[in-house]
Amino acid sequence: MAGTIAIKNGYVYDPLNEIDGEIMDIFIKDGKVVTQLSSADMKDVKEIDAKGKTVMPGGVDSHSHVAGAKVNTGRMMRPEDHYKHYQKRTPLTHSGTGYTVPSVYLGGYEYSKMGYTTVFEAAVPPMEARHTHEEMRSTPMLDMGGYLVLGNNWFLMRYLKEGDVDKAAAYISWMMKTHKTYGIKCVNPGGVENWGWGENVGALDQANIHFEVTPEDMIKSLSELNEKLGIPMPVHLHANNLGHPGCWEITRDSLKIPKSVKAKPNTDVEWAETKRNAKRHESVYLTHCQFNAFGGTSWRDFESGVKGITDYVNSNDHVVMDSGCVPFGDATVMTGDGPAIHDLYVLTGHKWSNTDVECECGSGVLPFEYLKSNPIHSSQWAMGLEVLLYVKDAWKSIMTTDSPNGGPFTKYPQVIAWLMSNKAREDTFAECHKWAQDRTGLGGETREMTLNEIAILTRANPARTIGMSYRKGTLGVGADGDVAIYNIDPKKLEVNDYESIIRGFENAAYTIKAGEVVSQMGEIVAIPEKNTFYTDIAVDADDEKSMLADVKKWFKYYTIGFDRYPTPEKYLANPTPIQVNAEK
Amino acid sequence: MADVILKPIGNFDLTVEAEVVTPDNFAGKTADEIGKVLVWQGPAEYPLTDFFTVEGNGGSSAEDTTIIVDGDVPRVKRIGQQMTAGKILIKGSAGMHVGSGMEGGEIIVEGDAESWAGMEMKGGSIHIKGNTKDHVGCAYRGSWKGMTGGRITVDGDAVSQVGGGLSGGEIIINGNVKHFCGIRISSGLIVVKGNAVRTVGAEMTGGTIVVGGCIERFTPGFELVDIESDLKFNDIECPGEYKKFTGDYAIPQKGKGTLYVSCDNNECL
Repeated sequence: MAGTIAIKNGYVYDPLNEIDGEIMDIFIKDGKVVTQLSSADMKDVKEIDAKGKTVMPGGVDSHSHVAGAKVNTGRMMRPEDHYKHYQKRTPLTHSGTGYTVPSVYLGGYEYSKMGYTTVFEAAVPPMEARHTHEEMRSTPMLDMGGYLVLGNNWFLMRYLKEGDVDKAAAYISWMMKTHKTYGIKCVNPGGVENWGWGENVGALDQANIHFEVTPEDMIKSLSELNEKLGIPMPVHLHANNLGHPGCWEITRDSLKIPKSVKAKPNTDVEWAETKRNAKRHESVYLTHCQFNAFGGTSWRDFESGVKGITDYVNSNDHVVMDSGCVPFGDATVMTGDGPAIHDLYVLTGHKWSNTDVECECGSGVLPFEYLKSNPIHSSQWAMGLEVLLYVKDAWKSIMTTDSPNGGPFTKYPQVIAWLMSNKAREDTFAECHKWAQDRTGLGGETREMTLNEIAILTRANPARTIGMSYRKGTLGVGADGDVAIYNIDPKKLEVNDYESIIRGFENAAYTIKAGEVVSQMGEIVAIPEKNTFYTDIAVDADDEKSMLADVKKWFKYYTIGFDRYPTPEKYLANPTPIQVNAEK
Repeated sequence: MADVILKPIGNFDLTVEAEVVTPDNFAGKTADEIGKVLVWQGPAEYPLTDFFTVEGNGGSSAEDTTIIVDGDVPRVKRIGQQMTAGKILIKGSAGMHVGSGMEGGEIIVEGDAESWAGMEMKGGSIHIKGNTKDHVGCAYRGSWKGMTGGRITVDGDAVSQVGGGLSGGEIIINGNVKHFCGIRISSGLIVVKGNAVRTVGAEMTGGTIVVGGCIERFTPGFELVDIESDLKFNDIECPGEYKKFTGDYAIPQKGKGTLYVSCDNNECL
């Protein structure tokens, strides 16, 4: 029976239900988790013996770059990323190439092999939404959604300058529906707009050139609007000055801005059973903290500034963040932060690409290699791990590599090994530049994460943070039947033998999506149906009408016609709107 | 020493991808087994015997194995790719990518070689007695690191992009080259005995380039620092007087590269 499965005797980790390695059975019927199966169901159910194995909800990546214009630019400008890394087609799967920026098919398969079932594309420029959805539609195995880039949008900056909050709210809700996106992304607020004139912004109270809006205005207004509209996830913030020595201070100060904003996600969905409160209470979601946590004043006295940020996070409850770990090796840097990419070009001399997305945002792409022998890179490696290890409560952090910025998502198993094993970290310290030891505090950190904490960082918390835990990141009754079973026996696990951790997480023994086994020990065995999530926000019709009049009037400055602007539903695989009730 | 002789017979209307033709692969195999090794031609795989007659068994190890390709094979690509030891003698012309990524051993091409000879080579030696085309010892498209070790010698001419992205090893071209010789090199040595057209050493950040002939159009980002005579790099001798330049100063990574240009043939510099 399709979507019906019984997983027997595994060590189950379901942090949202406070299940920490208990031996139990998980039953899935018609793609959803149920308490038990009737004897009629049991007759032709697929039974999986998970004895001696680790069972977790399917992995959820709340921040990855896997689809859209900048990812595609990364593929095009890096032929060398493809010619050694390829996979032949099989009767079931497509061929594919690419290491740091795999083709869409390969990307889907590789996530699935690691036990992931849900991935959110973290930056969708409005004008490129159609392209992004086309690529997401072609990415197999994964349920997906995208965050709309709004931190330098002309309409928003104009409405905020004029103080017209209602129109701004109407604009955001219309844009979410129009581009079928899920949440708000805010990249280098104010700075990317200035980059159109070769400038950036360096301080939170620095107004940008033509709109005279400061980063502080932008962060404050976007987070307030986010909650006013009841969007499921907090504003996904990429802070200003990213990648500059000393940027940790502006990052911490940015986090203070939405402190008084109360989280009010207001979605019209049915919630799976969970013991913990599965709703978010944070008003800001800081992205790739490591890149925002540089200390010192120049590259000469560069040091980790992570502690400054994690101290703040530890003592405040309105912040959640993802790490942006650096696992060494090849990467492709891609971001909506155009000026940051230019700085990297000046630093490295590598080829780079830069785009201005008309009245909306910008972006840049640059190939990169993180070397153990490089003092800065080795410090960044340590800092990415510091971010996760210094935050006392795992429910405030999420493990990512900002794939492919810090490194490709296929390195997650390696990052997990560093988090779980002191020895793994010590061995890497021995191989890399001494700055990692001297300029960061990772060497003094002895925390070794448990499998339960890993389950929080890689599925439960990303799902909860972005408001998807009503069906993802948990094995509570009513949740999606997405399960990852790893060949790791928690009773026999020896963390000093970290290679076994890497092996275990690299190829899930089983990846189950909606009750169907889709990949088994690194081999794709079925191509599941997939869903694309977006928020559908109801707002006042009059506000929408007057806002649309403004937008249409300005559309003459766009290079595409107004009718060509929206992304119709046919560009989405199984479009799944999430009804959101805006505050009236 | 065991010799395996491959005599071309086949129809090479589509090029053949022969990366399996290496001493590493042939060692320990009989002539029969070697004949059954599969190669790609277009979208299909065929046994080697469709294209060559095979005589002689492989040696016990790669070191003990010599492969002799007895004839012209300009449409057979990737001979000796990633080989680590042993010897390949091509008694004629070789196709593209001969010895690309090779790590050790020796390849001798008695005729000409097509483009990409010794691409991203790591060690060993390639000797091309005729001419060759573009991308000798170069980085793959888009890649930053070309050849990292070993030596390529070309008795005749090469065309463009000789040693692009070179980060180790030596390339000696006894004839002429055209454009972008030594573009983006960071280490290693390129010696061109003949002439070059333009953009020699563009964007170089390290390493050494010697041009014995005339450079038609000199790259602007270089500074004259000295005049030296009778250069010697281990066993490679470059007699005569040379103007020594450093560069390329046109890029953010201030160049620490060295470019020697013959005084006699470049009086205008």
